[in-house]
Amino acid sequence: MAIQGIGRVRAHQTQNEGLVFEKSSPGKKAYKLPPLDVPAVNAAELLGEARRETPAALPELSEIEIIRHFTRLSTWNYAIDLGMYPLGSCTMKYNPRVNEFVARIDGLADAHPYRPESLAQGILEVIDLLQRCLIEITGMDAITLQPAAGAHGEFTGILLVRAWHESQGNARKKILIPDSAHGTNPATAAICGYAVENLKSNADGGIDLEALERQVDEETAALMLTNPSTIGVFESQIHRIADILHAKGALLYMDGANMNALVGKARPGDFGVDVMHLNLHKTFSTPHGGGGPGSGPVACKAFLEPFLPTPVLVRRGTSQVSESRPGAPGELCWEYNRPQSVGRVRAFYGNTGMFIRALAYILANGPDGLRQTTEDAVLNANYIRKKLEDVYELPYKTASMHEVVFSDKRQAAKGVKTGDIAKRLIDYGFHPYTVSFPLIVPGAMMIEPTESESLEELDLFIDAMRAIAREVEEDPELVKSAPHSTRVSRLDEVAAARKPVLCWRAEAKA
Amino acid sequence: MAYPTNYRYTREHEWIVLDGKIGTIGITDYAQNSLGDIVYVDVPKVGDTVTANATFGSVESVKAVSDLYSPVSGTVTAVNEELKNTPDKINEAPHETWIIKVELADPAQFDALLDAAAYEAFISEETGS
Repeated sequence: MAIQGIGRVRAHQTQNEGLVFEKSSPGKKAYKLPPLDVPAVNAAELLGEARRETPAALPELSEIEIIRHFTRLSTWNYAIDLGMYPLGSCTMKYNPRVNEFVARIDGLADAHPYRPESLAQGILEVIDLLQRCLIEITGMDAITLQPAAGAHGEFTGILLVRAWHESQGNARKKILIPDSAHGTNPATAAICGYAVENLKSNADGGIDLEALERQVDEETAALMLTNPSTIGVFESQIHRIADILHAKGALLYMDGANMNALVGKARPGDFGVDVMHLNLHKTFSTPHGGGGPGSGPVACKAFLEPFLPTPVLVRRGTSQVSESRPGAPGELCWEYNRPQSVGRVRAFYGNTGMFIRALAYILANGPDGLRQTTEDAVLNANYIRKKLEDVYELPYKTASMHEVVFSDKRQAAKGVKTGDIAKRLIDYGFHPYTVSFPLIVPGAMMIEPTESESLEELDLFIDAMRAIAREVEEDPELVKSAPHSTRVSRLDEVAAARKPVLCWRAEAKA
Repeated sequence: MAYPTNYRYTREHEWIVLDGKIGTIGITDYAQNSLGDIVYVDVPKVGDTVTANATFGSVESVKAVSDLYSPVSGTVTAVNEELKNTPDKINEAPHETWIIKVELADPAQFDALLDAAAYEAFISEETGS
């Protein structure tokens, strides 16, 4: 921004930041090499034709300019540590500091996957205890922590389904997926070689049992079901659904993306689920990307256990250990001799740093704390629902669990869509909710506050949403042209998708 | 936008028009309007078979990726290569921009689809307007 032709020097709170390449100026540098104290080498002679003729177009800046550039950029991020992040389906809950403290303890932080098992018993005990906690929480019988994220967990889970059907003599052909599902579900089924068959939701947003009964046959490998569903509704017919599938030899896969609505309250293993994944970065408070990789453990019933990825963690002295390698009885070790296994799905043992954080979260909360976490997440979502349902359309009236999905129907009459309201929310200091998902709700506004938010913060969010609803009535253009408080406003998404510029190129200076 | 009366429609918002045994398939104005700006269309190859009510490809907009459902069963005889570079034609003229052509295995399937009036009634029910 220029004021009367004068470029503002450091108003970086409102001023956009150029690329580091654009800030370059010939001759600037942030290093000073010591004098050469070895014989000089003729690079041309040594490298011949491999030597480049023209120097690489690298940016030239001083040290302080580089520091300022990256420090400015680092302050632009919006994070749960700055404010509420109601991005529905993503479960952007607070990542407690105790997780980070524990993950940084030397013995855990410095553990190396090639360390001999006898010297790695501490970290192996962490993994074992987490496995046992997650098995207890899900009500399943066995688990693998290898998958690196939710979709990777889905892939692993459906590999188990396929391997089991193959062991029964027929891999089967199709997987049923409700129309409210996460997009990763059909992608998973297709990658695992299954045809995807769409299952229509009923008027409550749940599974239509009659349609399910019609569509399940002897070629159905599994149903992939998210429970609670993506509209935040608990599938109350879940036992019946499991029975319909099992009667035809099909399995029930649960996408555990919304497990944060069930922990301590209901166990998928008890309501007929055969295999499921968890997202440690959602339900169990490990960071989402950026600050750390994801983790998508897969838990299953005993009959699927032989197919789990190798290696599996076992305790010496139990019947599971196949060979007598040196080691004390009672020690944990990795078992590789698993003839029916689907094989490895991830290098080493998974994203171990996330296991430590998830276990820290589970132990810090304890059973009662985890249960209260679930209750608070559901309470917060329902508080928002109650406080906003008179101004935003609620397409499904069924009781909400951990998230609430409104639609922009009333605002769309004024030409304001879900994306516009979300962008206006940025002006009020909040991260937008999830827009246009789930697909069964036209103009969806998917809000998930998580248990992390206080009543005060929820009220600020509600005030902002109500203020925007008023603005839509009084001055729709204000909302349609939002955000107004950011460095850049509406980016051209269409051009970005159709004609992406993926590589910076110097423009000839005029 | 008017829905051509010689076309037939699906509840998944595809249209089909029949010329002899060859059906020409695209998506409706309602579909393109709900999707928003279309950036990519994924289509089968000539010679592939398609099955009624099963997916034959997908269409990607700035908002979402949506499956394309075939109104009929048959063999793909042509795909609209133009859409590779100009998928936005679907937004501009949804009822004139075809995606694939299919030789119908059973031409009677065409008659079982929704006609323009029934389709319009269906979408007004779906939008609740």
